[in-house]
Amino acid sequence: MKPIAPKPMPRRFHQARWDEPVIFELSQPGQRGVLLPPVEAGIEEEVGNPARALPDSVRRREPPALPEMSQVHVLRHYARLSQENLGVDLNIDVGQGTCTMKYSPKVNDQLARTPKLTELHPLQDESTVQGILEVMYRMEGMLKEISGMDRVTLQPGAGSAAIYANVCMIRAYHASRGQEKQRDEVITTIFSHPSNGAAAKVAGYRVITLYPDADGYPDLEALKAAVSDRTAALLITNPEDTGIFNPRIEEFVRVVHAAGGLCAYDQANANGLLGITRAREAGFDACHFNLHKTFSTPHGCGGPAAGACGVTEALAPFLPVPTVEFNGRTYSLDYDRPQSIGKTRPFYGVAPNILRAYAWIMSLGADGLREAAEVAVLNNNYLLKKVLEIRGVSAPYAKGKRRIEQVRYSWEQLTRETGIHSEEIETRAADFGMHYWTSHHPYVVPEPMTLEPTESYSKADLDEYAAMLKQISDEAYTNPQIIKTAPHNSTVHRTQHEPFDNPDEWAVTWRAYLRKTGRKKG
Amino acid sequence: MERKKLGLIVNPIAGLGGRVGLKGSDGVDVQQRARRLGAVPLAQERTAEALEELRSLSIELLTPPGEMGEAVARRCGFSPRLVSLTPSGDSAQEERGESSAEDTRRAAQAMRAAKVDLILFAGGDGTARDVSEAIGNDYPVLGIPAGVKIHSAVFGLTPRRTGELAAEFLRGRRVRLREAEVLDLDEAAYREDRIVTRLYGYLKIPYRREYVQNQKVPTPAGESAQAQAIAAEVIERLASDRAYLLGPGTTTRAVAERLGLPKTLVGVDIITRHEVLAVDVGERRILEMLEKRPLGIIVTPTGGQGFLFGRGNQPLSPDVIRRVGRDHILVVGLASKIAALRGSPLLVDSGDPEVDRLLAGYVEVVTGYHEKIIYRVST
Repeated sequence: MKPIAPKPMPRRFHQARWDEPVIFELSQPGQRGVLLPPVEAGIEEEVGNPARALPDSVRRREPPALPEMSQVHVLRHYARLSQENLGVDLNIDVGQGTCTMKYSPKVNDQLARTPKLTELHPLQDESTVQGILEVMYRMEGMLKEISGMDRVTLQPGAGSAAIYANVCMIRAYHASRGQEKQRDEVITTIFSHPSNGAAAKVAGYRVITLYPDADGYPDLEALKAAVSDRTAALLITNPEDTGIFNPRIEEFVRVVHAAGGLCAYDQANANGLLGITRAREAGFDACHFNLHKTFSTPHGCGGPAAGACGVTEALAPFLPVPTVEFNGRTYSLDYDRPQSIGKTRPFYGVAPNILRAYAWIMSLGADGLREAAEVAVLNNNYLLKKVLEIRGVSAPYAKGKRRIEQVRYSWEQLTRETGIHSEEIETRAADFGMHYWTSHHPYVVPEPMTLEPTESYSKADLDEYAAMLKQISDEAYTNPQIIKTAPHNSTVHRTQHEPFDNPDEWAVTWRAYLRKTGRKKG
Repeated sequence: MERKKLGLIVNPIAGLGGRVGLKGSDGVDVQQRARRLGAVPLAQERTAEALEELRSLSIELLTPPGEMGEAVARRCGFSPRLVSLTPSGDSAQEERGESSAEDTRRAAQAMRAAKVDLILFAGGDGTARDVSEAIGNDYPVLGIPAGVKIHSAVFGLTPRRTGELAAEFLRGRRVRLREAEVLDLDEAAYREDRIVTRLYGYLKIPYRREYVQNQKVPTPAGESAQAQAIAAEVIERLASDRAYLLGPGTTTRAVAERLGLPKTLVGVDIITRHEVLAVDVGERRILEMLEKRPLGIIVTPTGGQGFLFGRGNQPLSPDVIRRVGRDHILVVGLASKIAALRGSPLLVDSGDPEVDRLLAGYVEVVTGYHEKIIYRVST
């Protein structure tokens, strides 16, 4: 008997392709998933037609235009779509740097699905929801410990929402001192998450972005040129998306404080910091976490995300309502906070994710959190070494320094020598069943690639990802056509980017699509 | 369906100076010197590489005779329709196979008259200038990079990629047109190792991120939205008692457009919120104006190297800058263009070291509505 040949690396992936239409196109008039039996006569007599009890003002004049389909067709439709998708549980998800695509343990999903949580209603009396309030209270305590802050809110629905909540608290703080109008500028850096500038802009601020100094570090001199009595706050990510830790972060905070501004620490990149540094010790007034990044809950596309804001005592009066309080015996919701910014989201936060993150932290413990951070940093620096062995790639900035939990690489040399761009590597990676991302715009690092391996992936996983990159690099030098015409084995198509910049070509609903393609008026 | 028409212009001497270290091929004496040094023009080979990508298309090729396109077209299997460059059609120069900038301009005009769908030219910055002079900024053109100097943004990334992009465009695939800068060095200065670039105009090129040089810029739609946002911010900041010197460039033009005012693309104009006071002014006119009313300056870094002053906007002289004052200079720029500087500082070379020092340090650059960056300026 002959032994089975070993599998090649990178693997020979091939994705299912179903040519599946949009669900509205599958609708057949009259088809139903469930046919309800007629109401029994006795019940009808007793109850009447409950629909008639509704006032006209809340009744639809026409039934909603939902797709009409049988159960099996609905099931098949979504099962097919799921096969056309590169699911988070199928690929080695290190290519979406800055997003901390770590594994979301299934046991935590099970917890979140227990009726003890799913059968709760946010409007229940406090006395009947002591369990989840206890989880929230204790979760706040753990995030206070991790960040060093005095209070934490779990209300924001995601990272950007948490940044927005921080900006609103900062604005309320300045307003309480009569400086709301005067302090109308917010400072951020180009390698911080764009959410910082965007959230500040939504809150009505003017945004100043600092470019890095020659070594890729946030430019302290530029900060000094930017601060003034108009400065409301510095919103800064650290380490930035280059994976470089700002060695002068305390100096940054000092400069802004001296000008009367506040400092908010974007901790979306906190995965390499757990148990090692804290926002408080660097002097920050506020910080935020993405529970779906650092604390393992699913990302936005896999369900709602979750964010948390930590603040010092000085900002605590402005926290969203309600806060969760404990008097030694019972947990309660405190709405009596007159200086509160109000709500950033209905109710108290994304309860299932708060529970997942709580369970994740409890399963690791304090030492485990630090170990997770250390392994994430180790994985990143291992991958850095492997990737730099590949022809055409470099890691700009901070020469000779180790990176924290991610690296923004550059394929500039490969592009110069082969004409292949980073975005084309992205489409080719789909042929290997892998996800790959360039970077936020604008591309300050030319031909960028951002990898963040987290602590979840093994050495073999990282070797496989690096082997894929090496193969694509080899192809660029020997057979670039295969990259230019990729993907070959995936359902993903090459997309035109222009429509994303052109509102006339956006259609985020079926109705908008019909209108904008002229298939339906109105 | 009617066959698409492609115009092809090869500058046969493009690239002549490069390999022998002459930094360009402008000027007859330089061309002769280059040939004596054993230079071989690369334009034919480069054009052949691009045409290779177009062979499978059923198109009609229009090109001038001989080395200006016919030869390489035939070699690549095309049967071109010949475009005559002189009224008589058989000048002595054509027979000798020599060509001049004038030939490039005539060929471009003839192709425009013949309504070709796209003009493909092989050359460098000098050739791009000739084409832009001949046909302006509203006719589809694309450059095959074959010259020594490739600073303009009108060239494909490589000859092959240029051919691919041209093929996509001629096939009617979704390829947009965008205005791209025609830049050139002052070659006499360049041979003395001084870098002096100038903005000479714009050409309308088919554009796809992955095919064109300097692809750090976003899509045309995104760029235009950004320019609109910048214009909105600038207009909010315009003082009512002040007129403004609007420097060259598409970003500054967006300000004028938003105000409903015309704008010269490569000149300095003087505007207020409501009217154009003067177009394409020189230094003296500006100084005269300054006697009468306060002025501000609105500039955008000029292509490639990021010069704020001293390149392409020479009317904004040291005297003008000094009298307007640093506080009344508003710098605007697309974030993508700033990113394309790769961390190099913005530059000033006004001609007066004292004025340059006045501008050095950090400057605010308006990049959007209520958005700005802080960026280094060096002399």
